[in-house]
Amino acid sequence: MSPQLETVAWPASYGEHAQPRMGFFTDTSVCIGCKACEVACKEWNQIPMSMQGFTGKSYDNTIDLGADTWRHVAFIEQKAPARVVEKLPTDVTDGASLVDCAARAQAVEGGVQTYQESDGFRWLMASDVCKHCTHAACLDACPTGALFRTEYGTVVVQEDVCNGCGYCVPACPFGVLDQREGDGRVWKCTLCYDRLKDDKEPACAQACPTNSIQFGELSELHERAEHRLARLQQAGQDKAQLYLADGDDGIGGAGAFFLLLDEPEVYGLPPDPVDTRRDLGEIWAAAGAAAVALGIGLAAAVFGGQR
Amino acid sequence: MSESTSYHGQPLIKEPIWTWEIPCYFFTGGLAGGSAGLAYLSQLRGNEVLARRAWTGATVGIGMSPLFLISDLGRPMRFLNMLRMFKVSSPMSVGSWILSASGASTTLAALNAWTGRFPRSARFARPAAALLGLPLSTYTAALVANTAVPVWHEARRMLPFVFGSGAALSAGAAAVIATPPEHAAPARRLALASAALELASNEVMKKQLGEHGEPYQRGAPSKFSHLTQALIVSGAGLLLRRGQSSRGAAIAAGSMLCAGALSARWTVFKAGFQSASDPKYVVEPQRRMIERGERRGASRRVSQVREVQLDKGSPATAPLPLSGS
Ligand code: SF4
Repeated sequence: MSPQLETVAWPASYGEHAQPRMGFFTDTSVCIGCKACEVACKEWNQIPMSMQGFTGKSYDNTIDLGADTWRHVAFIEQKAPARVVEKLPTDVTDGASLVDCAARAQAVEGGVQTYQESDGFRWLMASDVCKHCTHAACLDACPTGALFRTEYGTVVVQEDVCNGCGYCVPACPFGVLDQREGDGRVWKCTLCYDRLKDDKEPACAQACPTNSIQFGELSELHERAEHRLARLQQAGQDKAQLYLADGDDGIGGAGAFFLLLDEPEVYGLPPDPVDTRRDLGEIWAAAGAAAVALGIGLAAAVFGGQR
Repeated sequence: MSESTSYHGQPLIKEPIWTWEIPCYFFTGGLAGGSAGLAYLSQLRGNEVLARRAWTGATVGIGMSPLFLISDLGRPMRFLNMLRMFKVSSPMSVGSWILSASGASTTLAALNAWTGRFPRSARFARPAAALLGLPLSTYTAALVANTAVPVWHEARRMLPFVFGSGAALSAGAAAVIATPPEHAAPARRLALASAALELASNEVMKKQLGEHGEPYQRGAPSKFSHLTQALIVSGAGLLLRRGQSSRGAAIAAGSMLCAGALSARWTVFKAGFQSASDPKYVVEPQRRMIERGERRGASRRVSQVREVQLDKGSPATAPLPLSGS
């Protein structure tokens, strides 16, 4: 399945002002958990502090995405036997003998060994963000039009319109949006809409030292991601998977998609997120039928007996 | 499913940020919607005593509804933004318009019923209020069903009928309270029938929910669910036995039934929070659907390229050029 780029409002409603759809490819296999993205995001977007204190949940002290955390680095500690890289692609080893350590060194250099493994133990680290869904439930649910689709195909909340009704919060299948305390409105990643307008990449992508966060035209990112997946699979990372890269998933694919080294739920991501709009026809039909039934019931009660 | 398949036990979706005002609104909206229909039809049948009281019930309900809703907003001063657009994709937007139109027509009809003023506009306002009251009573179910919260979303076919029964129950019960028993026969019929339907539709919903229905079995939702049943069963019993002969008994029974309808809305509300707060309610059903092959999920392990190119896709060796530069 090839990725679906078109959304309901993009590019059609922008006409000649439409820009290429921009997004993030977050390659978690090279994330080192430095949280530079979290810090850069906070700084650039002037997001209030969100101290959770020491959570005891590995190195994660921000815990989840929310009004005051727009990039969140997850830390997963797994007991796993050291993985020996056996099936290195020949072009990486360049025909050298497959002595274990040499292969490993090569692998690290070539970027197919992740930085996340050591003996008997595996770190998974991943920087999470709003997915900028192709079919964004938050945007459809928003009654005021505060949430809108930009000319880059991203999903942004207008803080001067949002009245804090909170409908987008449970609508998002990823739990991205939340209400800011003391402010009342909801906030989330804007994919640095302001920077995009200035031809700059988003703050997190610029700050990421390993290029785990890659920013660019979505179509190009998809191509990179496929190659990266192929290499990791070839190198024996058989659980490596692209998440939200396809147009036929429950949200029509995402503007921010991921390369994961384990199942999505391990990272706190739903394995099969669905845009609730998909079922809205059915929902309206049921509400309409129930309204008719209520009318019939009322009439039966009033006319069906003594006055 | 073991602990390890969640991220430190963290929820995957956010609990709603809605507070106590919202289940109260579900109740007052249903009260208003059901009462308007009851009032209009009673007027058609020639029962003016009942009709006037039902119009009052509708006005009370429709008057309190916006107060609850506005008070729940994070930015109450911006409540008018609710009418900034009309979006069919957003039950909350559609509902805001229904509530506004319903409020205007109900108030007018009630004014006319009590004072006789505005006879000409009331001729249109009465049927309009009665008709708008129907979707006003059920759209709130569409609103909560149209979320990612499993216990609401998976109940999307049944939930509007549950809310509709609740609206009829509160309208009937409120009219039983306010109307002298000799004029309240239709209200009693409505209250009794909808009490049975409310209980039955709740059970059907929980049954249809299957594995998604577990939040109803524990904690606050389970407590509210028992409270609902107790209130409705005893209220209906009292109404059936003494509602016709004793005004006092009718008032007591109607109050219990109203409380039961409110408690029923509270049960559904609380179940949503429970369903959202535990990652297993989100992950497990999704995972099982994937395992059964009913859905493909959002992940893919097979790359669409066969030839691995060294210069593509390796972040360590190929930093990405900035866009536009
Ligand atoms: S991830 Fe959530 S907040 Fe982001 S676009 Fe999708 S539905 Fe909206």
